Amino acid sequence: MIQPLTNRWQAENRMNHAIREALLVFRRWPALSVLSVTTIAFALFVASLYSLVVINLHRTLQSIEERVEIVVYLLRGTPVEVATVAVREIEAFPEVASALYVTAAEALRRAQAELVEFQGIFSEFETNPLPASLEVRLRPGFRGSDAVRTVAERLRAYNFAEDVQYGGEWVAKLDRLRNIGGIVGLLIGGAFAMASIIIIGTTIRMAVMQRAPEIAIMRLVGATDGFIRRPFLVEGCIKGALGGAAALGLCYAAFAAINAFLFQAQFFTTAQSALLVGVGTALGLLASATSVRKHLHRV
Amino acid sequence: MSKSFPSGTVALRDASFHVAKGEFVFLTGHSGAGKSTVLRLIYAEHLPTKGRVHVSGFSTDKLKRREISRLRRRLGIVFQDFRLLEDRSAEKNVAFALEVTGAKRSVIVPKVMRVLAQVGLTAKARNFPSELSGGELQRVAIARALVNDPFVLLADEPTGNLDERASRGVFRLIRDINANGTAVVMATHNLDLVREGGYRTIELEQGAIVFDSAVDEQVAS
Ligand SMILES: Nc1ncnc2c1ncn2[C@@H]1O[C@H](COP(=O)(O)OP(=O)(O)OP(=O)(O)O)[C@@H](O)[C@H]1O
Ligand SMILES: [Mg+2]
Repeated sequence: MIQPLTNRWQAENRMNHAIREALLVFRRWPALSVLSVTTIAFALFVASLYSLVVINLHRTLQSIEERVEIVVYLLRGTPVEVATVAVREIEAFPEVASALYVTAAEALRRAQAELVEFQGIFSEFETNPLPASLEVRLRPGFRGSDAVRTVAERLRAYNFAEDVQYGGEWVAKLDRLRNIGGIVGLLIGGAFAMASIIIIGTTIRMAVMQRAPEIAIMRLVGATDGFIRRPFLVEGCIKGALGGAAALGLCYAAFAAINAFLFQAQFFTTAQSALLVGVGTALGLLASATSVRKHLHRV
Repeated sequence: MSKSFPSGTVALRDASFHVAKGEFVFLTGHSGAGKSTVLRLIYAEHLPTKGRVHVSGFSTDKLKRREISRLRRRLGIVFQDFRLLEDRSAEKNVAFALEVTGAKRSVIVPKVMRVLAQVGLTAKARNFPSELSGGELQRVAIARALVNDPFVLLADEPTGNLDERASRGVFRLIRDINANGTAVVMATHNLDLVREGGYRTIELEQGAIVFDSAVDEQVAS
């Protein structure tokens, strides 16, 4: 009964020791410690800001894809009868969910309602500048850019079709934008991550060197490698977690600004936020583990 | 066992001996004879190039890194240069050896008090190393070596930095420790102490054992 209790005490004591020693490093090298935390924070801020953009772009793309519709603008003067016959034909396409005839008058009414700022301009026109159109929605499963293009080509064949527009190009363009943004974000984030690993490594090298006599004596009196290493690892974890939390804070500030001044965006979920702090902790642990491994055996 | 270094220096040549439980052994020999090397092999700072070292239940044959720390917790080691930490008091230096094993505070305090009393330094427990004499520093180092209840005390020229009086005091302390059942292996240049002690003596010359009083007395009789 006594043995397990003793073991637990020992484990707690070892952890307390590690945390105490780790905090000592913060007190001894405050500037370097702050620098470590800051670089981790920036690395994660850049990377997670990108993630935030990707999450929001993804959401937007999804909703665009859900509403993929092809609009056929009709030549001026196309008779209503021709349009309604075409609507019925188009609705019979296997890819098509619905087709709707929007008259020129209807288009103007919509434009006035939606673009409130330009109401004045619209009312000044003597004739309606907007064309009538057919709005074609596709069935789920036919919303990929290939399917959309095929249907669009068939619609273009109608001799009353002045122009055919569809969102596919925009989807593809946004997708490309997302990829480029992602690569840039990862590069910058990666550079900061490297810098933070180097700075944490430097701090640990200094701490190991400064404590070399102590470490030699620890070995002599039977401290395990793990015991000697632990304070340095704990220190790395603390820095990483602080950096992750700071990055989360910066992201939230950026998000709040975008939300207030630009558009409704979506923030990380709780799990994603926890992941961000977790990645920071892992980064700090990685940096300290590699550095302490390298420098301890020189003591 | 033998020990040679990558540089080509052969520090020990086929040196073989056994130390019984509770025994006191002097290691003597000129500078560079290999005394420190013998001690380093015992506390597994080095591994033998040839042969093996058995200490209690540990053997260098199959010694894993983790086991080195377990071995050292069962040994007490003192040096000529004391190797104390300057940034903490005598009692903190002694407690350090227990702290690194993860011992509980309530276990550490009485043990530290006990060994400091044993080496006669209770009154100076709060002094820092810079406030202690050489003889007192070595007593702190011995207290630190004793605090884990070792079965053997390894001493590498423990009186090397001390004057005559302090040397005798430290030697008397080590004898008392041995009298309480702890084996002692002590490397020394101080032949007065060797003569005075009347203990088993192993003499090394260029890494080889040239004299072992235990063996040679048997031969004589
Ligand atoms: N790490 C090492 N690398 C290379 N050679 C070494 C090393 N340690 C010891 N030696 C050599 O091994 C030989 C024995 O050294 P050791 O320290 O055991 O001598 P010693 O008997 O303790 O001498 P002293 O009385 O001066 O302390 C010496 O020639 C020394 O130069
Ligand atoms: Mg020596």
